[in-house]
Amino acid sequence: MEKTNVIETKRETRDEELSKELLQDLFWTMLLARRTDERAWVLHRQGKIAFHVSAIGHEATQVGAGFALRRGQDWVAPYYRDLALLFAMGMTPREFVLGLMGKREEPNSGGRQMPSHWSLKRANVISHSAPVATQTTHAVGIALGIKMHKEDTVVLATIGEGSTAQGEWYEGVNWAAIHKLPVIFLIENNLYAISERQDKQMAVKSAAEKACGLGLEGVSVDGTNVLAVYRAVKEAADRARAGEGPSVVESVSYRITPHTSDDDDRTYRTREEVEEHKKNDPLLIARAALQAQGALSAEEYNQMEEKAKTMVDEAVRYAEQAPYPTPDEGSYPVYAEEVRRD
Amino acid sequence: MTEMTMVEAIRLGMDEELARDERVFVVGEDVGKRGGVFRATMGLVDKYGPERVIDSPLAELSIVGVGVGAALYGMRPICEIQFADFIHPAINQIVNEAAKMCYRSNGDWTVPMVIRAPYGGGIGGGLYHSQSLEATFAHHPGLKVVIPSNPHDAKGLLKAAVRDPNPVLYFEPKKGYRLIKGEVPEEDYTVPIGPASVSREGRDLSVFAYGMMLYYALQAAEKVANEGIDVEVVDLRTLYPVDRETILNSVRKTGKALIVHEDNLTGGYGGEVAATIAEHAFTDLDAPVRRLAGPDVPSVPFSHPLQDWFMLNPEKIANAIRDLALY
Repeated sequence: MEKTNVIETKRETRDEELSKELLQDLFWTMLLARRTDERAWVLHRQGKIAFHVSAIGHEATQVGAGFALRRGQDWVAPYYRDLALLFAMGMTPREFVLGLMGKREEPNSGGRQMPSHWSLKRANVISHSAPVATQTTHAVGIALGIKMHKEDTVVLATIGEGSTAQGEWYEGVNWAAIHKLPVIFLIENNLYAISERQDKQMAVKSAAEKACGLGLEGVSVDGTNVLAVYRAVKEAADRARAGEGPSVVESVSYRITPHTSDDDDRTYRTREEVEEHKKNDPLLIARAALQAQGALSAEEYNQMEEKAKTMVDEAVRYAEQAPYPTPDEGSYPVYAEEVRRD
Repeated sequence: MTEMTMVEAIRLGMDEELARDERVFVVGEDVGKRGGVFRATMGLVDKYGPERVIDSPLAELSIVGVGVGAALYGMRPICEIQFADFIHPAINQIVNEAAKMCYRSNGDWTVPMVIRAPYGGGIGGGLYHSQSLEATFAHHPGLKVVIPSNPHDAKGLLKAAVRDPNPVLYFEPKKGYRLIKGEVPEEDYTVPIGPASVSREGRDLSVFAYGMMLYYALQAAEKVANEGIDVEVVDLRTLYPVDRETILNSVRKTGKALIVHEDNLTGGYGGEVAATIAEHAFTDLDAPVRRLAGPDVPSVPFSHPLQDWFMLNPEKIANAIRDLALY
């Protein structure tokens, strides 16, 4: 068996007891993703980048889910809105901004893919495309390999709620259920598939209900609450590791930004609606919860903000000066024999 | 050496690769107990168990998608599509995922997998059990497309495909499964993916074909040999990447080229071969490049007179050879 690389993880996150350190780590990752995301919008307005897919509003879902994994051992089949999940898996702001700018050393694709088309080999995050739901069956295939090798790792496959309308999602979930494969199908329900609300994508009230027709467990959690997501995904992962098969977890939040930097959400939803949902900003909710528990002092929070700003500043500075790929790099690697490591 | 049929050689190739490498597994519809509808996987489940010879749900897209995922994990899947005609739901996985994975991840992720699919008509299969789809896939960098024409190559190319670090489409001429017989070495050998081969040497004109049409082209060459036409027959074997050198060497020698395929004429693989010759061997030609191909109708019709009208055969190929020889 070829072994894949393992990322440096600061610690295992298997303990049931959520330490102050873990709580702060969750919050820090959400905060860093948010501040990086906000900077991406600024860079876009400045004309320094051409395209951005924002994860603002999804941070609790993605960081909660990411931290529920054994990071570096478990596998992730992500989709394009997973900036905060990638940060949870170890991607740095510098790496992300390099990707935004299409620079040579960005880790997803060496400048071949659009921004937010993820791949992070060292963290077992597989590469994905833009046609939606294709990552679902990849996750199932990875889980098949895991089962064949009797490993106790799991696969997290994420997807937007609109994309669960794809036949491929059903085919993948069906397959995993038949073979009791260790997959967590996480549906990041932000109420919108670009402009179409949930009721144009499905007749069920919750996307988690789709699970019962396929013979597996489905749960729905509050996607603005990082600990709720963490616990739900952890439980699904525990079941998967124990050989009890896959789960569907729906995490409901709100996409506070337009679909991408090319979208204008004023054409399909009111400013009042968006403002209303901003009151349920997962970052604010997490901060308030940690402060209420005494797990985050004002000083610690301020230090985190300062650190995030420094890191994002540095990331932009670095990425701006980093080289582009040379034109000839467009010619490879079409085949595995052409892969270059330099 | 043992004489065997195409389908036996394909089965033997899979058997040997399953025995050689525990990462190899077979997945598809009815590949287990049933041994595949053409019996290509017959007996493999008894030998290797249902965990390595997996009966899939009846959903082709997921057969390929799950195969891609398993390959990313480090397995070596052999995915069987029951008939090439049913591969269309999986095109997104083949073209957008498997073919592009290596390039789009700058080589971090590769997809070592084989997709086997029986293709071609002449077996009373009508529109949806008869199609030839090689041109659809021989257009996508990142894929390799191979079609064997004899049992020796069938085993060797299959084993090469399993060991290849890239996604390989392996189309099997289903009419030839039991019709085409030949000697197959017992030992472990591969036929490299890439090179075409000269199946019959000749001086008067070159016929380029693959799969079932190669088998017919050899018969046609025999027929016209008695009439004094010395035909060279080139088995393209690997359609993508294309072996331009062997094509050009042959046509430079003979000065005449006939390309034969069962797939529709327009947009078929023959266009690529003809363009290659026109670009690089124009001054060596003694006649226009000719293509003999299936007619431009949607697929092979069912009723016997209609099927016979659609299908090429040794006589039709011999006539095309005579025509070109006279030019």
